[in-house]
Amino acid sequence: MTTRIDTRFAKLGAEGRAALVTFVMAGDPDPATSLAIIKALPAAGADLIEIGMPFTDPMADGPAVQAAGLRALAAGETLAGTLKLVREFRAGDQSTPIILMGYYNPIYIYGVDRFLVDAKSAGIDGLIVVDLPPEEDDELCKPALAAGLNFIRLATPTTDDARLPKVLTNTSGFVYYVSIAGITGATTPDFGKVATAVARIKSHTNLPVAVGFGVKTAADAAAIAAGADGVVVGSTLVDAVRHSLDANGKATAKTVESVVALVKNIASGVHSVAKPKK
Amino acid sequence: MTLQQTLNSFRTGPDETGHFGQFGGRFVAETLMPLVLSLEKAYAEAKADPHYQGEMKSYLTHYVGRPSPLYFAERLTEHAGGAKIYLKRDELNHTGAHKINNVLGQILLAMRMGKTRIIAETGAGQHGVATATVCARFGLKCIVYMGAVDVERQKPNVFRMKMLGAELIPVTSGSKTLKDAMNEALRDWVTNVADTFYCIGTSAGPHPYPMMVRDFQSVIGTEARAQMIEREGRLPDSIIACIGGGSNAIGLFHPFLDDPSVEIYGVEAAGHGVASGLHAASLTGGRPGVLHGNRTYLLMDPDGQIAEAHSISAGLDYPGIGPEHSWLHDMGRVKYISATDQEALDAFQLLSKLEGIIPALEPAHAIARAVEIAATKPKDHLMIVNLCGRGDKDIFSVAEHLGGME
Repeated sequence: MTTRIDTRFAKLGAEGRAALVTFVMAGDPDPATSLAIIKALPAAGADLIEIGMPFTDPMADGPAVQAAGLRALAAGETLAGTLKLVREFRAGDQSTPIILMGYYNPIYIYGVDRFLVDAKSAGIDGLIVVDLPPEEDDELCKPALAAGLNFIRLATPTTDDARLPKVLTNTSGFVYYVSIAGITGATTPDFGKVATAVARIKSHTNLPVAVGFGVKTAADAAAIAAGADGVVVGSTLVDAVRHSLDANGKATAKTVESVVALVKNIASGVHSVAKPKK
Repeated sequence: MTLQQTLNSFRTGPDETGHFGQFGGRFVAETLMPLVLSLEKAYAEAKADPHYQGEMKSYLTHYVGRPSPLYFAERLTEHAGGAKIYLKRDELNHTGAHKINNVLGQILLAMRMGKTRIIAETGAGQHGVATATVCARFGLKCIVYMGAVDVERQKPNVFRMKMLGAELIPVTSGSKTLKDAMNEALRDWVTNVADTFYCIGTSAGPHPYPMMVRDFQSVIGTEARAQMIEREGRLPDSIIACIGGGSNAIGLFHPFLDDPSVEIYGVEAAGHGVASGLHAASLTGGRPGVLHGNRTYLLMDPDGQIAEAHSISAGLDYPGIGPEHSWLHDMGRVKYISATDQEALDAFQLLSKLEGIIPALEPAHAIARAVEIAATKPKDHLMIVNLCGRGDKDIFSVAEHLGGME
């Protein structure tokens, strides 16, 4: 079956440009502001939206995403709240793909079957669950695929050629290449190595490959867009949220605007790269 | 769930995917998955290698000081007025706790694997000290992550780690205790994949850690079993140990799991009392979830967010427990009970005064319940309590609770 993610990548491929995938944390800094940010993302240039499901113990995330999750939890965000957020976004946007990203425990506690029903009906298209490698595919990956959701897997610099087929089996939508061995928001990757890695992944799959971790500027985004089907930007966006808050950690008039301005800027980097049309 | 009649042995786990029943597994980021797989392979090879086993045995004997004595606690026995209480004296090991049994095994393995940088998390600091010690012995770089709260309440161990040449990194994220130290260690490992070995201190984490740590700690139960047979001509009737992550407990328990006559008790930290919500008793007060690479019983809120554990003992202050304990709990083979901060403090003083042994606050939890259970047993009942650590590190925080040393 074709999902919004498949449709979006096909369309952008035909236009000859890479996708901008934006990550923001659900409920950060509060549910209403978070919804306003997400609603503003497509017009600012986001082609796909990843929404973080906050978790107390995000073991692969750096300080920026950790802090965003804790802000959201402090503001009362729950998984049910995140699903509601997507329903509200989807009421006004039928085409932008939405991917939930996070860790397994909140989903496990919500109940896998119930979660998949609610996620599908909320208009969610795909899932990225950081702590579910292919070795644990029976937990959520296979049920999610059966429910018609994409299950997007991370491939990393430590995923060698022997292991790639295992990672790619049961992966759908796109492959998320983590450009560095490290936590989110860490150092800027070596773009030359990234292009080589993307080519290596593409020799194993026809799925689009999006690259993330360490993308901070329009120039970074352009460098990645030249060699990949998509550019993921996250930590720098949640940092923009943080910098816009007042002394009490509350949203200000600048919050939505500063994220939008940053997305527009990074989108210009992505759009500056013309690729062969597919 | 009740004890399965069809189960031939409680000692065969985990299965090849690292599961003890529904517990365990490998819930880690893809970056770490190849590392976890290579560790599993390297450990299987080492385990079958007589040279590695010989090295282990030699260092355990001459460096750690094994076997640790099985000591008949005569005055504690008189005080309890029932069962004969023996203490397995793992607090006499080099570095003062059972932790070094495991560290030695992991560091020898790390060197076989060509790793030069060792990272560890620590709660009470005992695992950190053991890791720093063995790294000093073999000239390896050692980085220890410790919650900022624990750095404050375990100052003697902080100083020891620094003396031993380890780099100590206080962790200020989350609740600033053991679980956050483990998060930070995992983040370090994700970042430094080529040269780094993560030396986990308890029988938790992704497979193969729970199995590997259990194997290394099983020396406790293997010795205790032989020592009791030598002393009394038969097996003990009950064995008891404290549980945070549960490495000292699984080490004592595992060699006895298939002896149906042996009652087995694990004592969790009840903090201010399980009913208060301020405790670290994952089995008594938690439910199954996924954290730090494994499915196990966890303390969490209704949305699956991990709760902060509370215990006077930094070593038990963890919202989870090793997956094999979760399985043994569900199977009914081990009875899991708990002791409060106050009960541990009382037992800390009791053992000091009656036996001249200052226990760590962690095994003081086991002592508290052991005395109570012993009182209900006949005089010929043989009990082993795992005295997994000594209390030197705790004297300042205990003094604070008791209102001074006067």
